[in-house]
Amino acid sequence: MVPLAHILALSAILFGLGAAGFLVRRNIITIFMCIELMLNAVNLAFIGFARFLGSLDGQVFAFFVIVVAAAEAAVGLAIIIAVYRNRGSLSIEDFDSMKL
Amino acid sequence: MAALFYILAAVAILAALCVVLQRTPVYSALALIVVLCSLAVVYLLLGAEFLAVVQVIIYAGAIMVLFVLVIMLLNARQETPLDRSRLARWLGAPLLAVFLGEVCFAVWQRYPVKATAAAVIDGGPRAIGALLFRSYVLPFEVTSILILVAVLGAVVLAKKQP
Amino acid sequence: MGMSFSTVLSLLAIIAKVAVVLVALLTAVAYAVWLERKVVAHIQSRWGPYRVGPHGLLQPVADGLKILFKEDFAPSQVDHLIFWLAPFIAFALSLVPISVIPFGASVTISGHTISFQITDLNVGLLFVFAVTSLGVYGVALAGWSSNSKYPLLGGLRSSAQMISYELSLGLGVVGVVMLAGSLSLREIVERQVGLWNIFLQPVGFLVYFMAAIAETNRIPFDLPEGESELVGGFHTEYSGFKFAMFFMAEYANIVTVSCLATLLFFGGWLGPVFGPPLLRALLPVAWFCLKVLGFLFLYIWIRGTLPRFRYDQLMGFGWKFLLPVGLLNVLVTSLLVAWRST
Repeated sequence: MVPLAHILALSAILFGLGAAGFLVRRNIITIFMCIELMLNAVNLAFIGFARFLGSLDGQVFAFFVIVVAAAEAAVGLAIIIAVYRNRGSLSIEDFDSMKL
Repeated sequence: MAALFYILAAVAILAALCVVLQRTPVYSALALIVVLCSLAVVYLLLGAEFLAVVQVIIYAGAIMVLFVLVIMLLNARQETPLDRSRLARWLGAPLLAVFLGEVCFAVWQRYPVKATAAAVIDGGPRAIGALLFRSYVLPFEVTSILILVAVLGAVVLAKKQP
Repeated sequence: MGMSFSTVLSLLAIIAKVAVVLVALLTAVAYAVWLERKVVAHIQSRWGPYRVGPHGLLQPVADGLKILFKEDFAPSQVDHLIFWLAPFIAFALSLVPISVIPFGASVTISGHTISFQITDLNVGLLFVFAVTSLGVYGVALAGWSSNSKYPLLGGLRSSAQMISYELSLGLGVVGVVMLAGSLSLREIVERQVGLWNIFLQPVGFLVYFMAAIAETNRIPFDLPEGESELVGGFHTEYSGFKFAMFFMAEYANIVTVSCLATLLFFGGWLGPVFGPPLLRALLPVAWFCLKVLGFLFLYIWIRGTLPRFRYDQLMGFGWKFLLPVGLLNVLVTSLLVAWRST
C-alpha cells in the first residue's frame, strides 16, 4: 500500500510545477492549463486523504472540484476568445491595460 | 500495486514538466491529457473508481477537448522565448526544487511514511450517489445552477458581436 | 518477485483472453468491411467483391496487404508528431472498450470459473463512455495537424458532432442503468432474464441508437467525412497505413456500439440454451454474436438507404430533439421506478 506521504508528495510536486508554469509562461491558454494542473494536484490530495481516513467525503469534494473546474474552464475560455478578438494576441503582456 | 503507483507518478511528473516547458500550446494540452489520465489510474488505485471514470469523461474528455478546440480556433502559435536574465533562468529551477523538497519534508514530518491506511473504502457509484443525494444535496443542486450560469455566460461572452 | 504460481497462472489466463478477443475483434473489423461492401452492393443491385476468393471473402486480406505496401508519405507542412499520433490514438482507443464487454455467461469447468469477459468493472458502462469521449482527440488532432482547409473544417465539425451526441448517448442508457441498478455490464444483462430491456425502454433504445450512429460518424450523420462536401474530411491528407488505422477505428467503434446495444437492450447472450455442457457454454456466445451481427446489418442497411443530414440539421437534431427526448425518458423512467418500488 502506498504511504500517504508519497501521495501528498506527488500532489505537492504537481502543484509546484503548475504554480511555476503559471508564473513563468506568457501564453494565456498555457497559463490556464497550469491552473488546471494545480486543481488536479489538489484533487489527488483530497482522494488520498479520503483513502487514508476511510471516508468518502474527500471523493465528493474532488467531484465538486471537477465540476467547478469544468464551469470555470468554459467561462475562462470564452473570456479568452473575447479578449483575443479585441487585442489580436494571446500573450499576457498585451493584456496590460483595462482600456479597450 | 505500489510499483504501479510510482510508475504512474513518474509519468505524471514528466508530463507535467512537458506542460510547463513546451513552447507549442497543443503539445502542452496533450501532455496535460496524459497527466489527467495517469491521475485517473492513481484514483483507481486509491479506491475511487467512480471518480476515476468521471475524471476521464469530464476532465480529459470534455474540458481538455474545449482547450484543444480553442487552441485550434485561435491558431495559437509557438511562444517566443523572452530574453530574460540568465541568472533567473539558472537559479529558478534549482530554487523550485529546493522549495518542493521543503514542502515534501514538511509533509513527511506531519504524516510519517509508516502511517497505515484505514479499511478499504467503497468508491463505487452507489456509495458516492448516496452521499451526493443525502449529505451533499445542497452543494449538488447549487453546482447544477453554477453549470447553467457558466453555459449561458460562455455563450454570451464568446458570441461574435455583429 | 514474490509472485505465487496462481497469480502467474491467472495473469497468463488474462493475457490469453486478451489475445483471443483482440484477434476476434480485428477479424470482425476486417469482415465488417467486407459485409458492408456486399450489403451496400446488393442494395444497389450489383454484386460487390466477387472474385477474390469465394464471394470475395478474401477481399479484406487483399486490401490489407495492398495498404501495408503503400508508400507512407505526409505533406510537408503538417505537424509531424501529431499527424503520426492521431491515427494511433483513434485506433488504440477503439480497441479498448472491448475489454469490459461480456460475450457469454460464466461457465464452471471442473471447478474453474471461466467468464467470457476480460474484466468486469463495477463501472464498466462508464468506462466505455470514458474511452468514447477520448476518441474525439483522434479526429480533432488529425484535422488540425493536416494544416489544410478541408481537414480542419471536417475535424472541427466532426469533433463538435461527437461531443454533442455523447450527451444523448449517455442519457439513452440512464433508463437501463436505473432498471438494472448497476453500471456493470454483466449485471445489466443478468437483470434482463425474462424480459429484455427493449420492451421496457423503447425510447431509450431509439435515443441511444441514433446517438451511436452520430458518434461513429456514419450515414446519415457523416457530413464531416462526406466526399461531396469536404473531400475526405479529417482524413483527407492521410494515406496508406495511417488511413487504414482510421478506417479500422471507425469499424471497431461500430462493433463496440453494436455490442453495447445488444447488452443493454437486447439481452446480451440470453437465448434458448440446450444440449451437452460444452454446447451450453458456447451457445450464449453464439446468440451474442448473432445479435451483434444483426446490429451490424442494421447499420449497413441504414448506410445504404438514407441520405445524409446537413450540418445545421445534424446539430439541431442532436441538441433540440434527441437531448430533450432523452431527458424526458429519464424523467418518466425514474418516476415509474420510484412508483414501482413503493
